Amino acid sequence: MACFVLAPGIAIPHAEAADREINVAAAADLSAALQELAASYEKRTGVVVKLSFGASGALTQQIQNGAPFDVFFSADMDYPRQLIAGGQADGKTLYRYAVGQLVLWVPKDSPLDVEHKGMDVLRDPSVKKIAMANPQHAPYGRAAAAALKHYDLYEKVSDRLVLGENVSQAAQFAESGNAQAGFIALAHAEAPAMQGKGKYWVVPVEAYPPLDQGVILISGSAHHKDAAAFLGFVRTEEAAGMLRRYGFSSPDQKYKLK
Amino acid sequence: MLIDWQAFRLTIELAVVVSAILLVIGLPLAYWIAFSRWRWKFLVEAMVALPIVLPPTVLGFYVLVALGSQSPLGRWWQALTGHTLAFTFSGLVIGSILYSLPFAVQPFAASFSSVDRKLLAASATLGASPLRTFLRVVIPLSVPGLVTGVVLTFAHTMGEFGVVLMIGGNIPGVTRTVSIGIYDQVQSSNYAAANAMALLLLVFCFAVLTVVYGLNRQPNQGVWPMGPVK
Repeated sequence: MACFVLAPGIAIPHAEAADREINVAAAADLSAALQELAASYEKRTGVVVKLSFGASGALTQQIQNGAPFDVFFSADMDYPRQLIAGGQADGKTLYRYAVGQLVLWVPKDSPLDVEHKGMDVLRDPSVKKIAMANPQHAPYGRAAAAALKHYDLYEKVSDRLVLGENVSQAAQFAESGNAQAGFIALAHAEAPAMQGKGKYWVVPVEAYPPLDQGVILISGSAHHKDAAAFLGFVRTEEAAGMLRRYGFSSPDQKYKLK
Repeated sequence: MLIDWQAFRLTIELAVVVSAILLVIGLPLAYWIAFSRWRWKFLVEAMVALPIVLPPTVLGFYVLVALGSQSPLGRWWQALTGHTLAFTFSGLVIGSILYSLPFAVQPFAASFSSVDRKLLAASATLGASPLRTFLRVVIPLSVPGLVTGVVLTFAHTMGEFGVVLMIGGNIPGVTRTVSIGIYDQVQSSNYAAANAMALLLLVFCFAVLTVVYGLNRQPNQGVWPMGPVK
């Protein structure tokens, strides 16, 4: 709140610089990748990219209620389409920037051999809690629920599921050892902060509907030109390369085989 | 289904358990704060007041990380009970006790301090033990403050959100409280369900507070012996 109140006052001496900023709402699985992407864009153009992360459904709801974002990176294609249908986003700008992948992650010192046994480790009695994102408003939560059903495990483990508000919180539940296993984004498992802390198994893509992720320009954006230019950068091979380093596949390359 | 009754039952259960435990823990602590002459007492008072200032995320973070399986304390708890403290009802109870501590202890201590010391001296000269004086003189004279403390604890726990979001894991019937349920509905744009639950919670809390303050009405003494607690 305070920043909103203070911003105009602070902006006066640097009016020009303050104008060159865009506000980006982004799905939680992008929390590591998009920071790098934004920093590199900022360095190049001087446009400040302000990032807000959350569950895609939660962010959609905020945009529907007038949150002042210019660009929205969703973890699926449905939420951007909802915004288009409601007139809050510009349908012509919808772009599938990446395909996310779901992994089953356990801490490094866990006795569970997740890398070879995959989903079967969830049958182990030592797994008391399994973290996943909330399927109600997080695409990764829906993917995890679909994968559990695909392997006929959902009924067996449903009383052991703990729901993170978004996929980042699910990752944090597993990383802190409060849950013995977690369905998280490959992008988190490969992020610098998580590297070396755990081992994971990439859930095969046929087990859940593809996590096609769409980005879109918000209608009525106050920084329309800069936001559109940023979207142009997201479409470049360079940006796609950065996203790939964090475990996203490019839409054309489709899936990372592991 | 517009209203998640399970969440309501769970939330009321949590608020009752936390209020009862804080009454038991809070009375001796408040007594000590009111009557101790220890020169460093202010340190304890500051610690008790901390949860008023600290964001619930700090408390939730400590409960989650410090009591998770990476910490010695968490491992000890896990060896004892077979599970971590997070994502359980007991975890919510512990988080809520920490979070609501000042809301019980401060009104208790304030009303103990406002008891006329001459009455305590009279009781002692008549041969009553300190415990007897406490039970027969201090407690009866502090009833409004005690009620205030318990009601504030109850209300504060009913409305708790941050700590539960951090350590709850959103498990139906175990850790999905009303505030979390409402948050989920809003985030999913189910405004009708969110509205139904929010309205019910509002009416319920207002009714509880009205009944308690109505019963507690006294001609010359408000229920706020120290003024409204923040």
